[in-house]
Amino acid sequence: MRVQYVLQEIGQGLRRNLTMVIAVIVSTAVALVMLGSGLLMWQQTLHMQDYWYGKVEVSVFMCNQEDVGKYTNCQTAITDLQKQSIHDTLVKTPHVQTVTFEDQQQAFQHYQQMQAGSPISQDVTPNDMQDSFRVKLDNPANATVVEGAVSGLPGVQSVQDEQQLLRPLFTFIHIAEYTAVSVATIMLVLAFLLIFNTVRLSAFSRRRETGIMRLVGASNFYIQMPFLLEGAVAGLSGGVVASVILVGVKAFFINHVVAPHLTSVQFIGWGPFVWIVPSLLIVGVLMSVLASAFTLRKYLRV
Amino acid sequence: MIRFENVSKTYPNQVRPALQEMSLEIERGEFVFVIGSSGSGKSTFMRLILREERPSTGRVVVAGKDLNRLSNWKLPQHRRLIGTVFQDFRLLPNKTVYQNVAFALEVIGRPKGQIVKVVPEVLELVGLAGKEDRMPNELSGGEQQRVAVARAFVNRPMILIADEPTGNLDPETSVGIMKLLDRINRTGTTVVMVTHDQAIVNQMRKRVLELDQGTLVRDQARGVYGYVR
Repeated sequence: MRVQYVLQEIGQGLRRNLTMVIAVIVSTAVALVMLGSGLLMWQQTLHMQDYWYGKVEVSVFMCNQEDVGKYTNCQTAITDLQKQSIHDTLVKTPHVQTVTFEDQQQAFQHYQQMQAGSPISQDVTPNDMQDSFRVKLDNPANATVVEGAVSGLPGVQSVQDEQQLLRPLFTFIHIAEYTAVSVATIMLVLAFLLIFNTVRLSAFSRRRETGIMRLVGASNFYIQMPFLLEGAVAGLSGGVVASVILVGVKAFFINHVVAPHLTSVQFIGWGPFVWIVPSLLIVGVLMSVLASAFTLRKYLRV
Repeated sequence: MIRFENVSKTYPNQVRPALQEMSLEIERGEFVFVIGSSGSGKSTFMRLILREERPSTGRVVVAGKDLNRLSNWKLPQHRRLIGTVFQDFRLLPNKTVYQNVAFALEVIGRPKGQIVKVVPEVLELVGLAGKEDRMPNELSGGEQQRVAVARAFVNRPMILIADEPTGNLDPETSVGIMKLLDRINRTGTTVVMVTHDQAIVNQMRKRVLELDQGTLVRDQARGVYGYVR
């Protein structure tokens, strides 16, 4: 196989169908950007889950003086006996890893820290706070077990699962993730059709050459190689463009614009790019080579 | 060299067979004319030899190989045994005479050294020495057909198939092409030529196969184009 011949054929083929090739590159790039964003968002949720789930707890608040009569379990303010029995129940509950007690005074201090400078904090006294148990679970998803175990006990005012607060955020990211992957799928189909058409045109405009090659006994591989490589080059270019766009968005938009204003969100680093970028390139090349091969089966009979 | 054993070919969606129960044998080194009106099955006959088509029933054996059993990936090897020339020359318009002939060797992966050696030889043989750098559109019809013959013969095939090679040429030029084919035949190459050219057939006095509506109606050694039937 002559390298020079093949390169020359690819160059000619790409130039001949320049507009179609550009269309292929653009649609492949958009498809891969979408696919890449989907993968990155998925990594982002995993990352945030690790980060937040390490911190979330289930809080079991106990009745204080104010709650008496307002909640069914609050006949009196919490007694030591009740406290003991709640603690024993929690410790025996499956999935529970640690149970720490926070009294009114500590809760008040935390509150003061968090609300520092706010006018409301001036009027709050330690007595407005509640004693609570902070329960850490092996997996935050098991929060309902704790709720079921203690919510009916006397002295328990309420059980709060902090994971519930995060759920809308994760739901939002998941929706974005699925949207990106769906758009990526549609765009990949579009890219496939465009490649199909491009290779068909290319095969048609070179039918004289391929006809003669067939006749003098050139191998199928030799005849089809330039077309397959043409597709591969277009697909690879699409992958490169997509990778540049994703890296650019991460480097400039996320790192310099979004991250400084959204300090509560932990953004992923460059780690996932190490496998996402090569994956995009591989998907781009594979998809276009497959599309080319499929077209050639139909339009380049040997 | 070429053997047909009870070969029939019916194309899909057609009732009348294009070729019917044809049996014949063409020996190595023979020169054979295939004649017959349009639609008589001449093209099908050639396509079967090249295995562009497979017979519906029967066997086609070329160079000792049963083409029914030839796998697709061995097909290029089979086609290297056969050179083909067409009425419309089928040259590549953007390549020179030399490049057109060299192309046939390049695409089957022949080394450059060999190409540089044999292409001038074959151009000499067909009488185009000195015109290597011409483009096809700068040549006369006869010269273009010589390029096509050179391309078909450059790989020294065992069989040369010519599909009305003189169909687009005037009688004088045709004689030149026939002399060339005769010369190639004398090197031991089997030549199968489809033609409508009475004068040529009558002049050459070679074996004649006449097809009519898919049937072999005449197989005559040292034949002429036709008697009135």
